[in-house]
Amino acid sequence: METRSYPFAELDHLQVNPLYFELQRDEPVSRVRLPYGGEGWLATRYEDVKTVLADPRFSRAAVMEPGADVPRTLPTMPTETNILSMDPPDHTRLRKLVAKGFTARRTEQLRERAQEIVDGLLDAMEEQGPPADLVEALAMPLPITIICEMLGVPFEDRGKFRAWSEAAVAITAFTHEEIQAGNKALRDYIGELIAHKRAEPADDMLSALIAARDNEDRLSEEELVSFGVTLLVAGHETTANQIGNFAFHLLRMPDRLGELRADPSLVPAAIEELLRFTALGGSAGFPRIATAEVELSGVTIKPGEAVFVNNITANRDPSVFENPHEVDFHREHNPHIMFGHGAHHCIGAPLARMELQVAIGTLLKRFPLLRLDGDVTFKKGRLIRGPQALPVRW
Amino acid sequence: MSRWTVGVDRAACLGTGMCTSIAPAHFRLDGGTSSPVSTDVEPDDAVIDAAESCPMEAILVRSADGEVLAPQP
Repeated sequence: METRSYPFAELDHLQVNPLYFELQRDEPVSRVRLPYGGEGWLATRYEDVKTVLADPRFSRAAVMEPGADVPRTLPTMPTETNILSMDPPDHTRLRKLVAKGFTARRTEQLRERAQEIVDGLLDAMEEQGPPADLVEALAMPLPITIICEMLGVPFEDRGKFRAWSEAAVAITAFTHEEIQAGNKALRDYIGELIAHKRAEPADDMLSALIAARDNEDRLSEEELVSFGVTLLVAGHETTANQIGNFAFHLLRMPDRLGELRADPSLVPAAIEELLRFTALGGSAGFPRIATAEVELSGVTIKPGEAVFVNNITANRDPSVFENPHEVDFHREHNPHIMFGHGAHHCIGAPLARMELQVAIGTLLKRFPLLRLDGDVTFKKGRLIRGPQALPVRW
Repeated sequence: MSRWTVGVDRAACLGTGMCTSIAPAHFRLDGGTSSPVSTDVEPDDAVIDAAESCPMEAILVRSADGEVLAPQP
């Protein structure tokens, strides 16, 4: 079996490297070699990906064991445990501290607030343009405002934490030292905020987590800081880039765009389909370690071996999705796994869905003549793909 | 200790796999949605954790006398 260098080359304009689809067809569980830490497996089929993500025989926590040398893109092994590198029941202990704040029901109560924010942002964009950059005008400020309000992070600090967060989600876009410095700055920032909130608690998620630590000892100080950082970064990087990605896709698909404008009731289905279709994940992150022998598509994974999954290819698996490379807002069955699967299924999924529906739905309604204004440059070498800027006219 | 009853609202379930990962002994995915392995179980914190972690609040755990144990409102 051939061993390929991984991650594969990143293509422009959110295209997926065709090698992934060749592997999915011919070699669904293949050998890959990472820049550091040696070799592992790459799973590309829907059912295999779901197994790796949800089967308790695969562990995230094993990557944090002392002495572990896991295939990876950065020279050093991570030293700070966060919720993304924990297994149940530890993972569950942390997750349930905030799960109530992210349920579909709770998120619906924030829809009105999201609409108010989007209306204000689009008012400002209309006054100042055309042209405008949709990334700065809408995509970034909406999710940042919402997660700041939920966590209790001052919105006026966004200039600082955006820069650190940009580095923290990099793979090759920044140097190793810059990535580590970004992570450290985020931890220091959240640490200071926690100290401040300890003295003056407020009605927000960070204060609730502090109370869970100080009054009930339900998490350690390190877990508290890591959790705050993860919620802040994951709470805006993903949705902010997806708003830009979705707008980019739609503005280049006149038929789909026309369909959506003619029938706004299609917006929720369109968002699900764009979630399925859009290649948000750039490359190799978050491998799982087998803790027992597991067979995947005829390949035996041995205990201790690392498995990477690609949910982008899984979402275009022809055995699950008809015409998988086409964008179709009328799919009856769309069980995409853009938000992952299993214990680490994105806690912010209902929030992201709601924000995307409000942002994209309102944007199309307010600007019937919206179009791209020139070529779009995408950020490269990051865990999360998205446009650098999205110049538009109307 | 008296037993608990476990139910999954399959219309609300999105098949995220949260419950099957947190409490694999108690839930299974079947046709894309979750169902309890048994609706009548020995008390087990993993079942409560699964119900509290479900983003759709689709899992209901009750005590023998009908009191809702999870999810908390």
